[in-house]
Amino acid sequence: MKNSTYAACVAASALMFATPVLADATAEGIAKYREALAEGNPAELWEMRGEELWKEARGPKKATLEKCDLGQGPGVVKGAFVTLPRHFADTNRVQDLESRLLTCMETLQGIPADEVAKTPFGKGEQKNIEALVAWISAESRGMKFNLPMAHPEEKRMYEIGKRAFNYRGGTHDFGCVTCHGEDGKRIRLQDLPNLTKGPDAARGFGSWPAYRVSSGELWSMQRRLNDCFRQQRFPYPVYGSDVTIALSSYLGVTANGAGESTAPAIKR
Amino acid sequence: MAGPMRIRAASNGTETEVKILMSHDMETGQRKDASGALVPAHHITELTATHNGRVVLAAQFGPAVSKNPYLQFKFAGGAKGDKVSVSWVDNKGDKRTDEVVVA
Repeated sequence: MKNSTYAACVAASALMFATPVLADATAEGIAKYREALAEGNPAELWEMRGEELWKEARGPKKATLEKCDLGQGPGVVKGAFVTLPRHFADTNRVQDLESRLLTCMETLQGIPADEVAKTPFGKGEQKNIEALVAWISAESRGMKFNLPMAHPEEKRMYEIGKRAFNYRGGTHDFGCVTCHGEDGKRIRLQDLPNLTKGPDAARGFGSWPAYRVSSGELWSMQRRLNDCFRQQRFPYPVYGSDVTIALSSYLGVTANGAGESTAPAIKR
Repeated sequence: MAGPMRIRAASNGTETEVKILMSHDMETGQRKDASGALVPAHHITELTATHNGRVVLAAQFGPAVSKNPYLQFKFAGGAKGDKVSVSWVDNKGDKRTDEVVVA
């Protein structure tokens, strides 16, 4: 009798602990799996190509991108990624990394920006941009986000981004905030960062561009956002358009000082 | 033309760990393209790793290996400054060889 009560107690306590222990084991298992994936991140192959492309004389003007100003002065790549999007005086626009690269490719190399923007992801010049963003983001790996917010345009873009992030619509009454407005959410093996908070915004925003194992492609932030719009059943945004830059401004500013860039990361 | 491999080799005095990242499409021959036509198989078939000219690993690859494959192995011996060379051949006869110095 005494024994069976004891056994029941043990069973009850085992049940009580079963759920958190299992959750921990799952989280640990996922972490181990991610670690194994990150060991051989094929994004490195894009990084290598990107560095070559930066120094290669290309386009009708047969010029390199080495004089391209990413906000830290002409040709300075290190630390540029963690300060983008930002306002540029020469174009009088807030630009993210990719729209800035379009400007540089057009002005320095003579490659028409609107044609590149119309090219499907993963084809032609878009392929080169993927390699460039992989290398440029890698040069800021481990640095904290530090987007400037001094210019009125930068503040305006941040506010527009915030509104776009919280805007719900379409057939599913969906918005960015539907998946990224709460803590501790997950879709299959991917944690969903709460992008309204600093550390999660840094973890999420700071991991793109990323290599996607499922498609074997390197996705830039523009492509990530483009697919977010698709998942919400919204019309596709124009490549490098203001709404995509505004969203990046919002995410980047939210991440300011809260975490380090890990891009280019690896994702399922 | 296949892109370069990213190879890292590090010795701890007794053994050397080699990490290889290859740039290859690794088409299985099972997939169909947008028009419904079968995409022909295109994958690495053989891989050889040598340490100062001596073969330390020979492998046969098939269509089950992922795109942009990653391979990691250890071999006994090897010292800083030694050369590790990796070559692969694919089923279309395309080849690639890259070499690194052991760190």
